[in-house]
Amino acid sequence: MSEVEETLKRIQSHKGVIGTIVVNAEGIPIRTTLDNSTTVQYAGLLHQLTMKARSTVRDIDPQNDLTFLRVRSKKHEIMVAPDKEYLLIVIQNPSE
Amino acid sequence: MEIVYVYTKKRSEFGRQCNFSDRPAELHVDILPDPSQMDNYIERNPCDNPTQCAQEMSEHEVNTERFQTETRGINHVEGGWPKDVNPQEMEQTIRYRKKVEKDENYVNTVLQLGSLMEHCIKQNTAIDIYQQYFEEEEVSEGAEEQPSAKTINVFRDPNEIKRTATGLSWHPDGAKKLAVAYSSLEFQRATKDMSFDSYIWDIENPDKPEMTLKPVSPLVCLEYNPKDSHILIGGCYNGQIAYWDTRKGSQPVEMSTIEHSHRDPVYKVIWLQSKTGTDYFSASTDGHVLWWDIRKMSEPTEKLILDPSKKGNLDNALGAISLEFETTMPTKFMVGTEQGQVVSCNRKAKTPAEKIVCTYSGHHGPIYALQRNPFFPKNFLTVADWTARIWSEEIKESSIMWTKYHMAYLTDGCWSPVRPAVFFTTRMDGTLDVWDLLFKQNDPTLSLKVCDESLYSLRLQDNGRFLVCGSQLGTTTLLEISPGLCTLQRNEKALATAMFERETKREKILEARHREMRLKERSRSEQGKEEETKDVDTEESSEDLVARAEKEFFEVVEFELKKREREEEKSQSKADKEKEISEEKEAED
Repeated sequence: MSEVEETLKRIQSHKGVIGTIVVNAEGIPIRTTLDNSTTVQYAGLLHQLTMKARSTVRDIDPQNDLTFLRVRSKKHEIMVAPDKEYLLIVIQNPSE
Repeated sequence: MEIVYVYTKKRSEFGRQCNFSDRPAELHVDILPDPSQMDNYIERNPCDNPTQCAQEMSEHEVNTERFQTETRGINHVEGGWPKDVNPQEMEQTIRYRKKVEKDENYVNTVLQLGSLMEHCIKQNTAIDIYQQYFEEEEVSEGAEEQPSAKTINVFRDPNEIKRTATGLSWHPDGAKKLAVAYSSLEFQRATKDMSFDSYIWDIENPDKPEMTLKPVSPLVCLEYNPKDSHILIGGCYNGQIAYWDTRKGSQPVEMSTIEHSHRDPVYKVIWLQSKTGTDYFSASTDGHVLWWDIRKMSEPTEKLILDPSKKGNLDNALGAISLEFETTMPTKFMVGTEQGQVVSCNRKAKTPAEKIVCTYSGHHGPIYALQRNPFFPKNFLTVADWTARIWSEEIKESSIMWTKYHMAYLTDGCWSPVRPAVFFTTRMDGTLDVWDLLFKQNDPTLSLKVCDESLYSLRLQDNGRFLVCGSQLGTTTLLEISPGLCTLQRNEKALATAMFERETKREKILEARHREMRLKERSRSEQGKEEETKDVDTEESSEDLVARAEKEFFEVVEFELKKREREEEKSQSKADKEKEISEEKEAED
């Protein structure tokens, strides 16, 4: 379990990282460094987006699968690493 | 083996009516089964016979009318918690979370995802891959692109009886809305059922106008206040001016009093630049230009009668159809008249006589559009009769540049706000022309047929990219112009300056020459006294001229009538003669 802590701490300490969220398949945020309302919003929206992205990739080629999703916006970049059960979301500001 | 039946009929019996009769059945051919044929065939056992028990389907396409969609979302604050956990209770949620964190699957997943994520984060911090590289080398793609314009949306007049879209105004902030004034400018063509409403459209929604404005009389022109985007003023067909506040509803907040308003439809209203942002002025074909303040609509603050002889005589006044006002030159303004002259006026003159500075004539018909070039205020564009002309303020005798005479009447025009050498015109045959003077001067660079009926009004958005044109049946079309026509080219300003200066110089030289020639003629006529007296006689008053013209007209008409009578008589006599000749002939027969 401490490895999990270490990993998440390491991720959070990288340059420009604003927040980290771990969400389960039901949309329940397990671990988060942001406040609750933001977390819930990110969890809900990104979950849907990831599902859509995954289904798109698999529609085009059923052998393929989504490994990573990056959404770059004007202010920052949202990175989502999907798994069957969980979702790791990191918000980073890369242009610092 | 062929089965043949021969049918014969005698030639002389063809065409006779059929006589049917009964007779018993006759056996013509009887083919008996031939067992030797069986050798050609092999029995197949088993036989595959596919059947399908499926529903019969047919394909059918239907195109429904455009339907309105609205997206609505429901925000779940938090969900997905299992039934036994109450999301409001901190303890329960924390306990649940701790339980999940102990799960082995969780640990493995997070470690794995974590390493993947770290890789990407490090990528981001190493290099910004979306950085703007090669910023200096911006290739000018505009040169190779073909100029084009695309229709984006079409807004139709929702009423049954279609009216002309005579006035257009963009919303001052962001241009997401468009105000369109509808009226019927044809003489006595307005029916009783014609609606008076004008509409404000949202650009994205062409099915239904966003707001309706209900004036007392149809609006001929409509303008948003550039300082306050909620206020609009509209000039009515009956000469009154009304102003609306979009926050207060469809009825006008206030209308100008009938006694002090114009006597003819108000063709143009323009907001003035002032500290209060509530001044505007209006022009109409009754010869008046009136200044108003929105706060006091009962009376105009100032009046001007467009009398070119500067005497303030209303009978001599020219009717105004268009106005021009440039905010960078607040004391000067120009009026385009029905008679084809442009009158340049100074607002700050002490006496009314001095208000009218000079006139420019050269058009044959009413000047429907008048606008200064936003980059070169000394040059202005007029659109009237079958041409569009560009003038320089210094040359009063004629325009410095003009288009050729078109087949259809030109109805409206304006400069592009971003490119100094580009202007747009609309025509009565429904064509929109885009002229790029640096590219081609004889023909429009782009000529688009927007609709089949005539176009009446045109308005460009401030970014120069979008334009709307209104047609006779109230159809307003929103077009997007290709970027080549709305981005400033590299030396465009310099080239345009050089072009206008060159043309101005040419006109100046021509003007000087004309003056010389006139002086020569005058000196020649002064020598001959007879010619002098003739000059005196020719100074008839306008009434005499009219009487003379009438007399001449009637003379011509009578002459024509007489000629026709004579011809009729001739043909009558000819006919009579022919009749006689034919009668004689028949008698002979």
